[in-house]
Amino acid sequence: MRDRATAWLTAKSPAVLLPVGTTLLAFVIGGLVVALTGHNPGSAYRAIFNGTGLNYLLPWTSSEDKDFAALNLQQTLIITTPLMLTALAVALPYRCGMFNIGGQGQYVAGIVAAIVVGSHGAGLSKPVHLTLALAAAALAGAAWGGIAGAMKATVGAHEVISTIMLNWIAIYGAQYLFELNGPLQGPLPDVPQSDEITSSAKLPAVWGVLQPLHAGIFLALAALVVYYVLINRTVFGYEVRAVGYNADAAGYGGIPVARSYVATLAIGGAFAGLAGACDVLGWEFHIVTNDIAVSQIGFIGIAVALLGRNSAIGIALAALLFGGLQVGTSARALDPTVFPPQLAGNLAVIIQGLIILFIGAQLLLVYAWRARRRRGAEPPPVPRVDPTAA
Amino acid sequence: MPDAPLLELRGITKRFGDLVANDGVDLEVAQGEVHALLGENGAGKSTLMNVLYGLTSPDAGEIRFDGKPLRLRSPRDAIDAGIGMVHQHFMLIPVMTVTENIVLAAEPREGPLLDYGKAHDIVRDLSDRYGLAVRPDERIESIGVAQQQRVEILKALYRSARLLVLDEPTAVLTPQETSELFTVIRSLREQGTSIIFITHKLNEVLEIADRITVLRRGKVMATVATTGTDERRLAELMVGRSVQRVEKGAAQPGEPLLSVRDLVVHDSRGLEAVRGASFDVRAGEIVGLAGVDGNGQSELVEAITGLVKPAAGTVVADGHDIGGHGARASFEAGVGHIPEDRQRRGLVLDFTLAENLNLRNVRRRPISRFGILDPRAIAERARRLLGEYDVRGGGPGTRARALSGGNQQKVVIAREMSGTQRILVASQPTRGLDVGAIEFVHKRLLAVRELGAAILLVSFELDEILALSDRILVMYEGRIVAEHGSDVSESVLGLEMMGGGSAAAV
Repeated sequence: MRDRATAWLTAKSPAVLLPVGTTLLAFVIGGLVVALTGHNPGSAYRAIFNGTGLNYLLPWTSSEDKDFAALNLQQTLIITTPLMLTALAVALPYRCGMFNIGGQGQYVAGIVAAIVVGSHGAGLSKPVHLTLALAAAALAGAAWGGIAGAMKATVGAHEVISTIMLNWIAIYGAQYLFELNGPLQGPLPDVPQSDEITSSAKLPAVWGVLQPLHAGIFLALAALVVYYVLINRTVFGYEVRAVGYNADAAGYGGIPVARSYVATLAIGGAFAGLAGACDVLGWEFHIVTNDIAVSQIGFIGIAVALLGRNSAIGIALAALLFGGLQVGTSARALDPTVFPPQLAGNLAVIIQGLIILFIGAQLLLVYAWRARRRRGAEPPPVPRVDPTAA
Repeated sequence: MPDAPLLELRGITKRFGDLVANDGVDLEVAQGEVHALLGENGAGKSTLMNVLYGLTSPDAGEIRFDGKPLRLRSPRDAIDAGIGMVHQHFMLIPVMTVTENIVLAAEPREGPLLDYGKAHDIVRDLSDRYGLAVRPDERIESIGVAQQQRVEILKALYRSARLLVLDEPTAVLTPQETSELFTVIRSLREQGTSIIFITHKLNEVLEIADRITVLRRGKVMATVATTGTDERRLAELMVGRSVQRVEKGAAQPGEPLLSVRDLVVHDSRGLEAVRGASFDVRAGEIVGLAGVDGNGQSELVEAITGLVKPAAGTVVADGHDIGGHGARASFEAGVGHIPEDRQRRGLVLDFTLAENLNLRNVRRRPISRFGILDPRAIAERARRLLGEYDVRGGGPGTRARALSGGNQQKVVIAREMSGTQRILVASQPTRGLDVGAIEFVHKRLLAVRELGAAILLVSFELDEILALSDRILVMYEGRIVAEHGSDVSESVLGLEMMGGGSAAAV
């Protein structure tokens, strides 16, 4: 039993230990920063942890505390939901050998489509209206991602460049739509804000009262399952992975490489579009141009995918971590007597930044390590051929 | 050997983890001796030379050079001691001239500046002295491979190398260039330079070496004088058992299965690489395509196998027009393809063997149904093929990267010949393989020929072309310039490959 556990750890160690170690290290350094400000890192982290509402799950939390914790946990999960989806927008193209930086733009495209469909069509039955709004958001995201895929497939435009540019087109485009005198500005003449989502297009609440957790979380979890099955169990996923590992060999094997590029970026975009729908149909119910300008959900999704190593489970956990950090350090959730929320917000950014930095450094270290081995102490090709065979 | 040897390796041992790459290796090279180091891939030749060149430090053992112990911390130490190495892949700077490359890092200076005139003269002198003709002011990128090799040798001689290590120097050369290289080696020997000549080609060893050391699995099997040994005995030492030359019966060619007509193919820069090639390959025959690398063979193969669209002309496989219809159409029409670069194209190295073996038919039942993979069917087919083709070193779940080159090639062959393929395009099918694996590949090619397959064999190894082919086509500058039966001589082919001989008349 022990041997099996060791074997499992050895096999999985890079996939499990590296992200966990990375996160712990980031928290330790964050703790040093807290200590430098003259506060106690232990109590600061405890306060942040309680701010996430995760103490709701601990058996020794008292029932009065539990009510407050539930409120916090609902907020954490509300943020976790779109993060899982925007991380999938990165993960799927990544398996096809591409780096989709365009999650933010695809997310915004989804928001716009969800608002347009969700604020019109009053009188439709809820299942129909909600489905239409979600589908519109997914399609808008897919189109936004698909453009980058099509450009790569036809003229070889690098997806990193094109998705970054498409981000800004989406962000500025959406701001124009909802700004004062914009074509989609809502009923309030002095507020740069969209129409309200009609109740028939709202995602149903599943937990809580004030700002309840909505059914979008099930959508996100389902998307993780879809991603897992798609990648590991389908011909499509097989072809995507083949292209990602070695596009030359995939093309030689008869796999339509160009189509894989378009399809993965489009499906990834659909995930990000759904993330936008979850936010506007689940709890925001309208969008203010300023929200579009400051939103980071698509960008944080990149970090979530990297930390989660593009695996379904890893993405779920990493999204919870980043979502928790966001909520746990917010002024509302944190007790200012323990740790000032302004500092806590910065602490969250520091920890996020460190995690991303360490992931980048890992990639660099692995690369350097391999290069070193190639150069110097490279072992000869392992002579596994048994010459007495053949 | 009357004199004390120039180089003595005593008990060199080098381990990589569990793998003993060199196991107590002893080697002596005398002044002015050409000493061949013979062994299969992975026998430990490269490791031993890395030890000798200061790239790797041994776990045990001693190096003595010129009677004194030698400690090597880096290639710099080896160079200073008088050891020069010409790697298989040249270490030259393409945009610099021949002269600049030769004096690089040891330039004759005039103040802080390179004294180009003096450098030029030095190169001239060296070149005359050893009979190594080079054009000193030419840029590396504009001279051929054989010339580049000479530059590498001159570079070592300029650094006063007394011992020159040549790592597989003939792998990139035509027969004529090889014999020119041998002339150079003989002239170096006469002037007292010692040479270690690494190879796995037996005929070359017998032609050029004074003594031969055979390595197998990191151990020295024997050191023998060239006089008094023969290919058969060397092959046995190398492989550890007797090796038969593949025997082939007379061809029984049937109807043409692969017909290429007036094919024109552009290369990646848009230049005409294939300029109107026409030929047939019939059922039950092997047609060898001989030619120096870069004369349009790769582009021809890519057009036949659907990887590039031909600019003009037709490719008909088993009655199907497949020109420009893609890799899948080509395979579906019955064309199997062993690509020239198995690691870049033939395999997804990070895929498992099971995944690699099903690369071609992942969309077919029972491997998948309605777009869903059937892991059991995938593993089952993989297990069957791995057994049938005797792939060693891993099971269906092993990553292709973990296999040796020979076993990787077996996986490619298993996949490309396992279905209903009646046509096989084999491009450099034995490149980089050792004797045992080459024998396996050759036997397989002959076996599918017996079964009535049409095989197009593209190879830079004339030995291989001559041993296997029923007909031989020579390709030069994008055209098929000659056709022969299997009884043609190597020198005629060699001449035609260079654009000479009867080629002009065809």
